[in-house]
Amino acid sequence: MFGPLVVKPGSSKKNKTGSWRIETRPKYLQKECIACKLCVAICPEGCVAGGEKNTYHCDYDYCKGCGLCAFICPKKDIEMVKEGSKE
Amino acid sequence: MSDMHFNSGHTACSGCGQSLGARLVLEAAGKNTIIANNTGCLEVFSTKYPQSSWGVPWIHSLFENAAAVASGIESALKYLGKKDSVNVIAQAGDGGTADIGLQALSGMLERGHDILYVCYDNEAYMNTGIQRSGLTPFDSNTTTSPPGSHSMGNIRPKKPMPEIALAHGIPYVATASVAFVKDLQRKVKKAISIKGPKYIQIHVPCPLGWRHQPNLTVPVSRAAIECGLYPIIEYEFGKLIAVQRIRQKPVEEYLKLQGRFKHLMKNPDEIKKIQDIADNNIEKYGLRLESQ
Ligand SMILES: Cc1ncc(C[n+]2csc(CCOP(=O)(O)OP(=O)(O)O)c2C)c(N)n1
Ligand code: SF4
Ligand code: SF4
Ligand SMILES: [Mg+2]
Repeated sequence: MFGPLVVKPGSSKKNKTGSWRIETRPKYLQKECIACKLCVAICPEGCVAGGEKNTYHCDYDYCKGCGLCAFICPKKDIEMVKEGSKE
Repeated sequence: MSDMHFNSGHTACSGCGQSLGARLVLEAAGKNTIIANNTGCLEVFSTKYPQSSWGVPWIHSLFENAAAVASGIESALKYLGKKDSVNVIAQAGDGGTADIGLQALSGMLERGHDILYVCYDNEAYMNTGIQRSGLTPFDSNTTTSPPGSHSMGNIRPKKPMPEIALAHGIPYVATASVAFVKDLQRKVKKAISIKGPKYIQIHVPCPLGWRHQPNLTVPVSRAAIECGLYPIIEYEFGKLIAVQRIRQKPVEEYLKLQGRFKHLMKNPDEIKKIQDIADNNIEKYGLRLESQ
């Protein structure tokens, strides 16, 4: 009855945790970005990506809206906006 | 997002320091890694059956035995002549490390297995609802150390886990913090480059259990270091080779950010006791910046 349970690697991607956001979400302004990648490093969801300056963005399918990326950005180029707003 | 070893879709709370720490550790260790995980938040939020966030071989058996399971994996790899190309990590929370898993960890360290042990220290048994552990700090409010007429919270200081690991004569012991990503990842890489048992303890804020806003995970962990309550230290072959030096801030700066210390805010005598713990750490490890 109890055996090893084996599941597919990375299958948690099916779980769209973006629906958890209730208050705020980050807005990547892509204006003052220096491509330091701190937002990529600090995201607990691992859902931030980008390459050149002013290309960084997050995947709203997984972003839980914690605000750590906005806090860490040295250029204040990520803003937390109200969830559901048009911004 | 690309080439992830620890994937999105895990069910940790928003702003969870442990989910951040786990990703940083595995990124630094790389894909040729096998992980054994004790029971705890990390194990639960990364493997909501039938899903898994892990992109590397990962196994969970019991609350207390990741170090023993990892020892078996490492021995098998050695027997197969494959150990040199594969990293083995055993990982656990603070309760799984300092309390129930301590015997398995001690055995792993004493037998000299080539394994990196990572303790994600969120300073209580979070997955079962914030009970105190051996690594819960002095005076912290947990569900099993509530402040009241008989105490001001947890009555015991933190168990000195890094020193306990060090006493086994292992080649590498360090503490790290999710607030200092580069330092954390450098330590993981260094640990892995050294043969034998290694112990890294990472301070990982838990917004739920520490009662702070999710966006404070980084400032809270920075403040813990800057006041001297969480010394960032590194030992190689028994010698203290590096510490993170600080311009000391009063402990209130750290305590006031968190609901778990709220009951202390009007109690200077009690805060003085915590200040003494920080001052002792600063003396003991030489944390003060020279210019002060
Ligand atoms: C033998 C045993 N006792 C108790 C439990 C219940 N339990 C599951 S997780 C957990 C707490 C884990 O705390 P910690 O190791 O600090 O990890 P955290 O959840 O805080 O990350 C407990 C008590 C268990 N699973 N097995
Ligand atoms: S708000 Fe939090 S979860 Fe969302 S992208 Fe920023 S760091 Fe990641
Ligand atoms: S309870 Fe704490 S450790 Fe557990 S998932 Fe939530 S924030 Fe992370
Ligand atoms: Mg814990």
